[in-house]
Parts: sequence; C-alpha cells; structure tokens
Amino acid sequence: MSEYVIETVNLTKKYDGFTAVNNLNLRVQQGEVFGLLGPNGAGKTTTILMLLGLTDPTSGKVTVLGMDPTRKTLSVKSKVGYIPDTVGFYDELTARENLIYIAKLNGLSGDSAYQRIDEVLARVGLLDVADQRVGTYSRGMRQRLGVADVLIKQPQLIIMDEPTQGLDPERAREFLHMIRSLKEEGITILLSSHLLHQVQIVCDRVGLFHRGRMVLEGTVSELAKKVLGRAYRVILNAEGSPSQILEALEKVPGQVGVRHLEGDRYEVEAEKDIRPEVARAVVQSGANLLGLEVEAQSLDEIYARYFEEVKHAQKE
Amino acid sequence: MPKRSKPSSAPIEREGSPWTGLWAVVTKEMADHMTSARMRILEILIVLTAAGSVYAAMQVLRETVGQDPFLFLKLFTTSRDPLPAFISFLVFLVPLISIALTFDSVNGEFNRRTLSRVLAQPIYRDALLMGKFLGAFFTLALVLTAIWLLIFGLGIVGLGLPPNTEEVARSLLFLVTTIFYGGIWLAVAMVFSIVFRQPATAALASISVWLFFTVFWGILASLFAQVISPVQIGTLTEIVRQTETQLALSRLSPNTLYAETMLALLQPTVRSTGLLLPFQLEGAVMGSPLPLRQSVLIIWPQFTGLIAVTILLFALSYVLFQRQEIRA
Repeated sequence: MSEYVIETVNLTKKYDGFTAVNNLNLRVQQGEVFGLLGPNGAGKTTTILMLLGLTDPTSGKVTVLGMDPTRKTLSVKSKVGYIPDTVGFYDELTARENLIYIAKLNGLSGDSAYQRIDEVLARVGLLDVADQRVGTYSRGMRQRLGVADVLIKQPQLIIMDEPTQGLDPERAREFLHMIRSLKEEGITILLSSHLLHQVQIVCDRVGLFHRGRMVLEGTVSELAKKVLGRAYRVILNAEGSPSQILEALEKVPGQVGVRHLEGDRYEVEAEKDIRPEVARAVVQSGANLLGLEVEAQSLDEIYARYFEEVKHAQKE
Repeated sequence: MPKRSKPSSAPIEREGSPWTGLWAVVTKEMADHMTSARMRILEILIVLTAAGSVYAAMQVLRETVGQDPFLFLKLFTTSRDPLPAFISFLVFLVPLISIALTFDSVNGEFNRRTLSRVLAQPIYRDALLMGKFLGAFFTLALVLTAIWLLIFGLGIVGLGLPPNTEEVARSLLFLVTTIFYGGIWLAVAMVFSIVFRQPATAALASISVWLFFTVFWGILASLFAQVISPVQIGTLTEIVRQTETQLALSRLSPNTLYAETMLALLQPTVRSTGLLLPFQLEGAVMGSPLPLRQSVLIIWPQFTGLIAVTILLFALSYVLFQRQEIRA
C-alpha cells in the first residue's frame, strides 16, 4: 500500500504512433486537491481515463488507492468518482431516476439507496427539483447533479475533467466552493482544467502538462518561483526623494529587483513576502510610506511565461 | 479496459464477475424501451396488423370449418385480399421492431455523453453491452408473446374452438423462432450502433442490410446459381443442381431461414424445405400432416442457424465494443 492516493510511474499511452501521455510520474497525496493544468490535447483526459482503468496504459504503472486499475477494476471504480468533462444524463429521466440507476450499478438498492440519493441531492441543493426531468436542467444544475452522482458511492477520490467548463463565473465560483467543502470531508480531488485562475483558487498543488509530459509540478507559488524566479511583487507608494528610497529598498534583505515605476510608485520583487522589511526600510530612510501591497504571481503568468520559453527553445 | 494489451508476461486476471451490474442495466433498458414513444408506435402498428390479418383469416376459416385438423395454425397463415397473412407481416415487422430497439443503443450513450459516466461505475463493459442486448431481447420477446397470446384469444373467441396440444406446441416453437429471428436484427443494429457514431446512420445501415436480404438476395442467389451451376444441355440433373445451389445460397439470408421454419411449423403437411418451396408461404403441399417431431427435424438446421447467427453477431458487437476507445 503506497502512501499516495494516486501514483504513476513512467506512465505512457500511445495511439497509433502518437504519444498522448509520455513517461508521466504523478503523485497525489491523501486529502489534497491536485490540478492537472494544460492546454487542450496535452494528455489530461487520457491520463484520467488510465487512472480509472477505462483505457489501458501502453507502458508504465498506475496505482490508485493502492490498487492497479487494470486489474482491480471494480474495486477502484467503486471508490473513485468520475465527473467527465461534459457530464451527460438521461434527459428523459428525472434526476432521482438517473441516480437510482447509478446506485443500482454500485450494488445499492432498497431503502438505503433511496436514503443516500436524498442525502446527496440535498447536499448539492437539488432536492427540490429531484423529480424534474434532467432535460429541463441548466448547465450548472447538471454539473451539481454530476457531483451528486459521484457522491452516491461515497468515494475516497473524485476525478473531475474540466469541471467548470461552460459555467458562468458565479456558478463556477459556487462549484469551486463545493470542491473545497468536499476536500474538507477528507476526499482527495484530482481535477483538470485549462482555466488557470480557477485552479489557482482551489488547488493545493498543480501539475503543468505539455504534450503528454508533466513539465512542472508544485504549489502555485513554487511554480512561480521555478518559472518566473520571483514569486512576489511588492508595490509601494512613498513620498520622498526617489534616489533615497531606491537606495533604501536595495538594502532590503531578500529583494531580487527594485524599480521606480512612476510618480511615487515603486516595485520590489522577492522570493517571499517581504512587506515588513520593505516598510521598515522606507520609513527608516525618512520617506513617508503611503501604501503597500503584494501581488502573488498568478498561474496565468506562469503559464504564459512557460510556454513562451518553450516556443523560444523550439525556435533555437 | 479489458482490451488486453499485456504489459507483462503474467496473465491479467480480472477481478469479480464480468456480469456485475448486468441486471441493473437490463431492467433500466427494458424500462426505457417500454416507456419510449418509439415502442408505443410500433406496438400499435403490430397490434393493428395482428388484429386485422387474424380477423381476415377468421372470416375465411369460418367457411371451411371442420375441414382442417390444425385450424388454429391457419390463423397465422391464411390471408384474404387485400390483407396478407400475419406471418407475411411478421417477416418485415419483426426486423423493424428489432432495429428500432437497438440502432442507437451504444452511439446513443456516446451522444448523450453518458457512456463514460456509466463505465466509471463498478461494472465491466461486458455487463453494459450484454445488458443492452438482453434488455432489447426481452422487450421484443415480451411484445411478441403478448401478440401471440392476443391471437390465441381472438382465435378462441372468434372460432369458438380451443387449440389442441400439438397446435400449442407448434405455435410456441413458432414464437421462439420469431424471437430469435428478431434477435438477429437486434444484433445487426447493435453492431452498427457501435460502428457508427450517428444513430441515423446506424439505422439506415441496418435497414439497408435488411432490404438487401429481403429484396435483392433472392435475385442475386438465382444469378449466382446460374453462374456456379449452369444448365448447359437441360438435363434434369443439371436443373436440379442449379435449383439446389440457388436454395443453398438463399439460405444465407436469415429471411429464408425464418420463412422455411415458419412454413414447416405452421403447416404440418409440409414435408420438405427443399426444391419445391423456397418462399411460397401459402402454397401447401398436399398430403397428410406430419407429427411435430418430424416437422421439427425438417427445420432443425434452419432453427439452430437462426440462433447461431444471433450469437455470432452479438459476439462481433462484443469484440467491437471492447476495442472501442470510450473518450468522446
């Protein structure tokens, strides 16, 4: 039994000469929210299908909850919930009927199944409309029904493929909240997305996919450090002589770059949050500190920068 | 999934039964079929044809009452203008129902994007496909049995006679044959529902196959027979050989197998399915009726052939489905 919920070793999948996933080494720990990040066609969905045993790997090893999904298919699938990128339901059936079918496929029946269905529908806020046909549901309701659907089996791990795709910002935010609350229940979550800011909000760690490889892995700030070199930008407003202020700022321990932006605005780049040091230095230099804020680097920047570098490397 | 590419020399043993969840799929499929508008239309159609043709047959039979020991079986085979006999209707109604039941069974799940969600449940693909086939098969059996009982009821009321044991036995076998004849078309449509992503294409392909065997295969069989065993001088042996070749070729069509089986079962006087009667449904051979055992012996190859084709086609759809990538 490995300590990881998901562990892949040199996982590779080839379709007719095209390598969809290339020597992937992925590790997801118990209870964390892990984001697979990358453009379309980077191999995210193929990876997910291999984790579920829905596609056989060409080579390499997969372990999910300590089991091999190609051999222990049923055990893995009874503990892992999967929400596909466009989750489909039988439109002519009601939400409850759809869930009854899933409950039966999971070997649940009778009163305990009905009780569980009511619980999960209440959990995602669809109990009032449980007896409406799913055809009448909005995109956001379907997505929530998708969560209800995986909760029926009381999963230890939920895998979501592009969960917020097609949702308006408000629905997407609600959905991300739901993901957080699932994490609080101790469920490990793996989600794939190309919507960076959402991944950033919800994921503990992310893996950046590019052409079937996981090129970067870590927390968002770790990635920022790796790609951008400087994860934090402190912006300050200060009154006083610019040369004096710049001199003082350059002496701040931990800074890696200082710039005078315009007027009374200055920028300090650093590998960690050095706001207290910056404030002290400015004040000690005799200038008036008017404002101070820190910008954590966003995934978008990391993403853009990384693919810029890749492009450069390819040109050379 | 069970597409077994072997990463190591050790054989992959699958955990649990491949039929886990089978009955959940079967009951769901049957419930879907029973409540679908498509099935209601077909049910109305088949009830109308059954009632109409049997009523017409009864009017003919009233005039000849007492002359035939197998009056009940005549309900199925007697026609009166302008309506054909009930069995002639069955030859095209059964394929129609079967194709309607399964032409969208797999690609429909694809298009509704439910396939990956269902396969992510703790079941194997085997259970899903088998469940879909059995669900359609049981639905078909249920509909046909209901029609069969309806005809019996109409017969008892209309003719005022109960059927004898042999008539019940013969018509029961006829029912089983009809169900398996439908099974063939279920499997054909299922194969196409796996091959084609568009349900309409799958339906069209299934209907084309059916049309081919219904309309063209007879013509082609006689053409091929002329090429394979030509009549050069015109001796009896040559003519007989050509006819036999033609018959053998036409038996590649499930329609021929079914027609011959029906004929021998429902018309006890039929002594052979060879030479004289490829398609003549009402052309009775004169003479005394055969006992049931003898009739069954005559059509045993056809009967087992129908079941074998159903199983083979299902096996084909099975292989195709197991190899299919499920990502949409």
